[in-house]
Amino acid sequence: MKLDCKHVWEHISEYIDDTVDGKLREDIERHLEHCEICSAILDSTRNILVLTADDRTFELPVGYSERLHERLAKEMEASEKDSTKE
Amino acid sequence: MRTTEAHEAGLIARVLAGEKELFHELIRPYERMVYLTLFSIVKNETEAEDGAQQTVISAYRHLASFRGDAKFSTWLTTIAINEGRKRLKKAKGAAEQSLEEQAESHEGDFSPAPLTDWREIPLEALERKELREALRVAVAELPGIYRQVFALRDLEELSVEETAQALGINPGAVKVRLHRARIMLQKRLVPFLKTTAPARRGFFRRAP
Repeated sequence: MKLDCKHVWEHISEYIDDTVDGKLREDIERHLEHCEICSAILDSTRNILVLTADDRTFELPVGYSERLHERLAKEMEASEKDSTKE
Repeated sequence: MRTTEAHEAGLIARVLAGEKELFHELIRPYERMVYLTLFSIVKNETEAEDGAQQTVISAYRHLASFRGDAKFSTWLTTIAINEGRKRLKKAKGAAEQSLEEQAESHEGDFSPAPLTDWREIPLEALERKELREALRVAVAELPGIYRQVFALRDLEELSVEETAQALGINPGAVKVRLHRARIMLQKRLVPFLKTTAPARRGFFRRAP
């Protein structure tokens, strides 16, 4: 089956996740071989995902981890006291 | 993977048996995930951090109720999501909440932005700070139901099943929302690349 661009776009996310069935996958790959627009869309979407997974894109606030464990330590201490009171 | 789970199960048992300090070690690998989950819901650094602390404390208090039928990470994510939703409700009131809920039934245009010159953009473009900033803004501006699925799948790298479980939706909905989120982001970032790339060239041309 010959796919049009719109059809390819509908499956682009599944294609990236590698969850497209064999036959459809082949059709998409054949389309990508000759369609520059769809190839560029695929590349750009993939690049966005690479950028998303890069730790520098979504950073944690400075000192987050230290404050988290400090608060947890306080909580543990408090619950310790509670249980000894009972 | 299995060894991680076995290691965690061991830690959990020891924490419950009284070695409380080990809880610090148990959650350390998931600190980032907890924060990002909260942030994807409340979209505010202070709220996200406070919510993350609350999530971890809540997990500590309720550790005995963790049954091990889900992964510890999924269980923790579920607590983080509930904490985030609670905060969002408090901050926003019911009106905007229901608007976000409607987003999926809305039949929008979920076609990607066509481009032909992405390949011409040098790889260094991906290293640019502005692009990271643009992506952060674009993700923050996604409708809530899409942003949350995107955060769990592409940022925290949970599987479709785990994402569905954590959000309490079916796997089909995860796939649809993820697809739409990715396409919306692609659309948002393509014009950004197109407008900044030539500007850079112009800058270099002016140099002696």
